[in-house]
Amino acid sequence: MAEPLVRMENIRKSYGRVQALVDANFHVNEREIVGLLGDNGAGKSTLIKVLSGAVPLTSGDIFIRGKKVDFRSTSDAIAHGIETIYQDSALVTQLSIARNLFLGREPIKPPRFLNRMDQEAMNVVARDLLKQVGISKNIPPTTPIGSLSGGERQAVAIARAMHFDSDLIILDEPTNNLGVAETQGVLSFVRSARDSGHSCIFIAHNIHHVFQVVDRIVVMRRGKVVADDIDPKTTNVAEVERIITGMSDKEIRDAIADGKHSGA
Amino acid sequence: MENRSLIQRLIARPEFGPFVLLVVEIAVFWSINPSFLSPQNISNTLAFTVELGLIALAMTLLMTSGEFDLSVGSVFGFSPVLMWTLFNSGVTSLEMGFLIALVVAAFIGLVNGWFVTQLKIPSFLVTLGMLLVVRGTALFVTDGFPQRTWSAEGSWLAEVLVGDFFIGPFRIYMSLFWFIAAAIALGYVLTQSRTGNWIQAAGGNPNAARARGVNVSGVKIGLFILSSLMASLAGVISSLRTSAANPNSGTGYELEVIAMVVIGGTALTGGRGTIIGTVLGILILRVMRNGIVLIGVPGLAYNIFIGAIILGMMALHSWLERRHQAGT
Repeated sequence: MAEPLVRMENIRKSYGRVQALVDANFHVNEREIVGLLGDNGAGKSTLIKVLSGAVPLTSGDIFIRGKKVDFRSTSDAIAHGIETIYQDSALVTQLSIARNLFLGREPIKPPRFLNRMDQEAMNVVARDLLKQVGISKNIPPTTPIGSLSGGERQAVAIARAMHFDSDLIILDEPTNNLGVAETQGVLSFVRSARDSGHSCIFIAHNIHHVFQVVDRIVVMRRGKVVADDIDPKTTNVAEVERIITGMSDKEIRDAIADGKHSGA
Repeated sequence: MENRSLIQRLIARPEFGPFVLLVVEIAVFWSINPSFLSPQNISNTLAFTVELGLIALAMTLLMTSGEFDLSVGSVFGFSPVLMWTLFNSGVTSLEMGFLIALVVAAFIGLVNGWFVTQLKIPSFLVTLGMLLVVRGTALFVTDGFPQRTWSAEGSWLAEVLVGDFFIGPFRIYMSLFWFIAAAIALGYVLTQSRTGNWIQAAGGNPNAARARGVNVSGVKIGLFILSSLMASLAGVISSLRTSAANPNSGTGYELEVIAMVVIGGTALTGGRGTIIGTVLGILILRVMRNGIVLIGVPGLAYNIFIGAIILGMMALHSWLERRHQAGT
């Protein structure tokens, strides 16, 4: 079998005495959308933070295409082609779409010592990218991010990851607080990212959104990966919920009846 | 959004409010006292305006990056004191004294920036502390007395910084050209250069900027150094022009400079800044100070007008910002 794009082995992460990740094993293949599910506190966010370089791991190994890597910062992860998109946090609302897309990698007009951004080139690429991710409205690339909707912001962040050839795009709760039409928009951006050769990790509380878009589902519970090969085409939502909570059908029904089950 | 008319777009610009205010201010003062626009008054107003203005230009960039510097007034007072003390005691030439004053100012900026970015202490507290340290040093080394300054005659440094000449009836100081050059250069940096994009991102969303590999701490430290350097340059220019080096000069300038910047439309919270707005803000406050005296309002009432202008402009900017966010 081909070497996966990303492989995480025996990842441990502890915060003081709290074990957030306990020997978690996880992988993402090339051109694959993986849905990462789990209840609150299951360790999804910590796993993603480790993979995106935001927090250091306590022990374990990360491999990219079989090569061991060591992330000390988010810039390290980005340099290795891993881009994480948090809702609202990845963009500067005061800057335009084009300036956000190229932040940190602005093209420079000659002569270089003037350090002058090539704003025309940035706008041309931005306009193209917005079309590519399927933003239907005609939004000029000079529009500030602050005046875009939540879904449009996600699209800009995804477009940026695609343009800079991130191999793996991690989307943390990309459909939170979005309307139905906007959610469908974001899901289609994710599909277009895969179709153009990128892999994605998709984290969402809404299992139905995950089912609509992913190729494979991974479930975490209490810091461990408890299922990593669930095919959304052959599995139903109820079964996945059972794996997430670790309860049987009857236990879930009883818990709901008792009002103990949070439903999260 | 692209269909908006030119007028609508002009009105939506943050510089529009300050521009209208400046025009109204000039019209009112001139109509009450026509000598307000006399060549002599314009020359006098401009001479001092550019000195505070130099600090405000650098402060615009610093505030866009989400920080501000309260120590600029004390550096304004300290730098000429240091330069003249070195020169008068025969340790260095005037030019070398100037260079040393700039290096010391840069070091003060570096320390400010280091405390803010590395120890994560808010710039308000760091630069307030630095204000006291620098002002205290100036008072201590001079025993609180002004320094002797009359020996600058004929020095090329004095000619380059504050040499004056007449264009028609207007007396122009060289410092005006330094100010114009600094405004053009910093306006270019903020709007055209890649550094400007980083400055805005550092103030708007430092985490996002950091995640994109932008050296946010480096940007901020650089701007603290720039702010101190400009305050030092402005202090030396002022000292050479007025032939005075008083350890207490520049007291209270920090707040006046910050007022100039926010009146011009730069956000106190960072992320958005405008050099054109700051130039307008500088003129608004200096014209106000000069004009109310000329029309017979007691000079002591100056702060009432400044306070009212700040409140009024903040209300206008916040209204424009909300309209902007609503996409109208």
